[in-house]
Amino acid sequence: MTTSPTSRQISDPTHRPSRRSRVWPRYIPLVGVAIVFIFPLLFMFMSSLKPDAQILADVRSFRAFLPVGELSTDNYSAVFDRVPAWRFMANTIFVVAMVVGFGLIVNSMAGFALSRLQWRGRGIALSIILATLIVPFETIAVPMVWWVAKLPWIEFQDFIPTLTTGWLNTYRVQIIPFIANAFSIFLFAQYFKSIPKELDEAARVDGASWFTIYRKIIVPLSGPAFATVAILTFLPVWNSFLWPIMVVQQEALRPVQVGVQYFFQLETAWGEVMAYTSFITIPVLLFFLVFQRAFVSSIASAGVKG
Amino acid sequence: MLTAIRPHRPASTEERTGWVMVAPAAILFALFLITPVILTLILSVTNVRLISPNPPSFQGVDNFVRAFTADPTFLASLRNTLIFAVVIVPLQGGLGLGLALLINQKIRGINAFRTIYFVPVVTSMVVLSMLWKFIYQADGLLNSLISTVTFGALSGTDWLNNTSTALPAIIAMSAWAGVGFHMVIWLSGLQTIPESLYEAADLDGCSPWQKFAFVTWPGLRPTFVFVLVTITIAAFSLFIQPLVMTNGGPLNATVTIVLHAVNTGFSKQQTGYAAAISLIFFLLVLVVSLIQRRLTKED
Amino acid sequence: MRRNPWLGIVAGLGAVTLTLAGCGSSDGSTDDGGAGGNGGLSTLKLWYHGAGNDAERTVVEQQIADFNASQEDYEVVLESFPQASYNDSVVAAAVAGDLPCLLDMDGPIVPNWAWGGYVQPIEVDQAILDTWLPSAMGYYQDDLYAIGYWDAAIGMYARQSVLDTYDIRIPTSDDPWSGEEFEAILQTITEGGEFDYALDLGVNDVSEWYPYAFSPQLQSFGGDLIDRDTYLTAKGALNGPEALEWGNWWQGLFEKGYASTTEQDGNPEFLEGRVALQLNGNWGGVQALEEFGDDMLFLPMPDFGEGPVIGGQSWMFGISATCEHPEGANAYINFSLKDEYVADFTTALGLIPTTEAAAAMTEYYQPGGALEPFKEYSERFALIRPPTPAYSVISSVFTKAAEDIKNGADVKATLDQAVAEIDADIAANDGYGN
Repeated sequence: MTTSPTSRQISDPTHRPSRRSRVWPRYIPLVGVAIVFIFPLLFMFMSSLKPDAQILADVRSFRAFLPVGELSTDNYSAVFDRVPAWRFMANTIFVVAMVVGFGLIVNSMAGFALSRLQWRGRGIALSIILATLIVPFETIAVPMVWWVAKLPWIEFQDFIPTLTTGWLNTYRVQIIPFIANAFSIFLFAQYFKSIPKELDEAARVDGASWFTIYRKIIVPLSGPAFATVAILTFLPVWNSFLWPIMVVQQEALRPVQVGVQYFFQLETAWGEVMAYTSFITIPVLLFFLVFQRAFVSSIASAGVKG
Repeated sequence: MLTAIRPHRPASTEERTGWVMVAPAAILFALFLITPVILTLILSVTNVRLISPNPPSFQGVDNFVRAFTADPTFLASLRNTLIFAVVIVPLQGGLGLGLALLINQKIRGINAFRTIYFVPVVTSMVVLSMLWKFIYQADGLLNSLISTVTFGALSGTDWLNNTSTALPAIIAMSAWAGVGFHMVIWLSGLQTIPESLYEAADLDGCSPWQKFAFVTWPGLRPTFVFVLVTITIAAFSLFIQPLVMTNGGPLNATVTIVLHAVNTGFSKQQTGYAAAISLIFFLLVLVVSLIQRRLTKED
Repeated sequence: MRRNPWLGIVAGLGAVTLTLAGCGSSDGSTDDGGAGGNGGLSTLKLWYHGAGNDAERTVVEQQIADFNASQEDYEVVLESFPQASYNDSVVAAAVAGDLPCLLDMDGPIVPNWAWGGYVQPIEVDQAILDTWLPSAMGYYQDDLYAIGYWDAAIGMYARQSVLDTYDIRIPTSDDPWSGEEFEAILQTITEGGEFDYALDLGVNDVSEWYPYAFSPQLQSFGGDLIDRDTYLTAKGALNGPEALEWGNWWQGLFEKGYASTTEQDGNPEFLEGRVALQLNGNWGGVQALEEFGDDMLFLPMPDFGEGPVIGGQSWMFGISATCEHPEGANAYINFSLKDEYVADFTTALGLIPTTEAAAAMTEYYQPGGALEPFKEYSERFALIRPPTPAYSVISSVFTKAAEDIKNGADVKATLDQAVAEIDADIAANDGYGN
């Protein structure tokens, strides 16, 4: 490659020594793009502090993003009067924790079996699991409602097991159908593949069972994959609303997203909508803020390899 | 002797362990994905209604014929879904890569920016759609931005209520909402490219563009496949944005296949027909996925 | 080897599951059977759409508390749902065979549910029915399936001062505006330029509002959603000459700039003085009176040929077919149909009371009350939406057709397609028992 000295002069300073003096212009595009991504949420949060009439008026100008006018936390107190928000939050946290927790176990085992073990039917199993990625939940919701209402369950009443029918109106109907996840299995399988096979073989020679290899070798080496899957399965469960509307009738078992529906009355109280949506969004943002470094680096090292 | 025994014994425990470890996931899939899909398959050839005292009857391919011959909304949903997918895949994929390149620098506070770009990804799509409905409305934020920036020379339209802008508005909003995720994926791909390759390119005196074309892009190939497949599948399932922002209007401009299936199955209670629409959808996505797989595997 | 932190988390989760899932399922199971064992007390679950609306819920809770205290056989237990997704919740429960004993339904859906076998006829004392507003009762094929504590009515919101400015005559029930007169009024106000739009229709609310608020004009023109003689076809009714005339008029409202094709949620335009006239229900009346006081008028709808027409039927209560204690559920319904509760609902919601005695107890609907015109409109002009099981489809097809025509679709082609869809659905369901 024939190179002109000019191209080196251009590329060099941005990458090398004298960057201190020239670093601030690099923030300009970063800040510009940041504004694009943050403004709707800024609008949500600012609106949650304003009375309804002002929200509807401010939405026509940049006042929508500014803490101007009559600010108060009235909307928040109204929200807690209208909706059992803390109860909903507890339900959601519980359901999300269950789905993520069991999902990590079930899907990582499947990912292990599909990536590191040789067995007949593996190819077909992998194809079927990947094919399920194309089924959006909404399209099978109706048969699913009918079906979960017919499923049996064992309940312990005074320590005596009794067989009951129907999963509606429970926590389990919000949890169990979402534990197995093709995308998670895929990510685990990809990550496990990158761990050297020799480790397994050495352990086999030492007499370790395959299950021991999974538990003692593969899992401890796969922290980033577990972190990635945890975050990616956390989000859809936190945000699910169609399914709970259909299968959860008791107010005491409803998750946070159903609470949004409470505010669309004859006269929608927009301030309260904004306060409630802030209430259910901010925990996720904080969670992400705390774990974002781990998340990005874990995806990076989980090395998404097609 | 040794060679005769060795492949035998381990293979059988390996076989058994394989089945056992995949079993929990397999059972859950069988119960909560495959069964409903089979039910959908059966429903699609019947006239089952959500609420009806009549016994269901077998209709053969009637539902499928109806979709393609007597249901203009279905045809519109097919068209919109394809347009959406064809536009958003390169748009969101490309913007994601652009952001990843932008964010892949070692300067102070870069993590904060990375987090901000990711914020829409972690926010509920229902909430985002509601917010954008405000932004897009005739006297909303977008239009006041347009007239401010152009000093009143230009004024925007009623974005979501105009047949020629409604779908583009939903596309733009969806790309905005999802791009952070693919930025992180691209970023992870970028970080797997060894620094030594860039140093070698520097020594050869490559321009930044040449470095991108000959080092970065080839190194991103596996990431590219992953991004392509995930955006495509998500694109076909488009549902919440039109549900909240337009309900498929105006004049079917934003109706999508999944939205149409849900409306048909729930509001109109035509379970059998909705199942047929879902089935057509599965086949479409399957075919597109297989084509993508083939295309990306060949080179 | 280092222990993976995730395993610890997962193990912890397992322990929590056992505790929380335990209480979740026991919550769910006690009210499943319907007949609890509390000293012979049978539990009757009641589903209601008022979650998030405190005023409304308070009245229902009062009814239930009074009923539970009044006798010792049954205990009614309330479960409230948010209205925005109530129908989805109930339909899903019906599919799953998991309906409660008592539930409330939107009136026009009642025939669909009765035909589907999900609700059973209710038994209400004739003495009560004699005093009750007919449009608050849900009949299907001569059986009463549901009854409500209120009805709603639509009127034309206007201000005396505005009408005076433009020299517009104040219409009465006996002498409403004619179609031509209304057209001229809209034109005059639009040309006046004082308002953003002459008329606010609430078209942003794409839901049951469309058939409820807009199909009555179709009927006033002489068309309808379906042929009410046979309930077997929409042909002629929804795409005949009168229906086309309605469609052209409807489209013209937007084309001529009389009304906006998009409005703000919550429709604040009238109260802010940005529109001159508003099509609105009586539930908004109190707020409008607070804003404009004596200047506020609630006018009858125009007569487009067949007299003014408005929609009838609102939410009603009924008993599911699977209810194990229909006598208890009927006892509750009869108990709850008291004038004072009707008056309480009216006060909480601003809706029309279903008896004269209840009306007399309320500030706004007593003789001479500020909202009394709505009561008259309801009694004189209300036409219930077609009481046929096909209504669930008719409603969604009409909503889409009206919205498409609003947005500029070809009127004839759109109505023909709507008729084709409705007729195909009726045929696919063997005429829905008609």
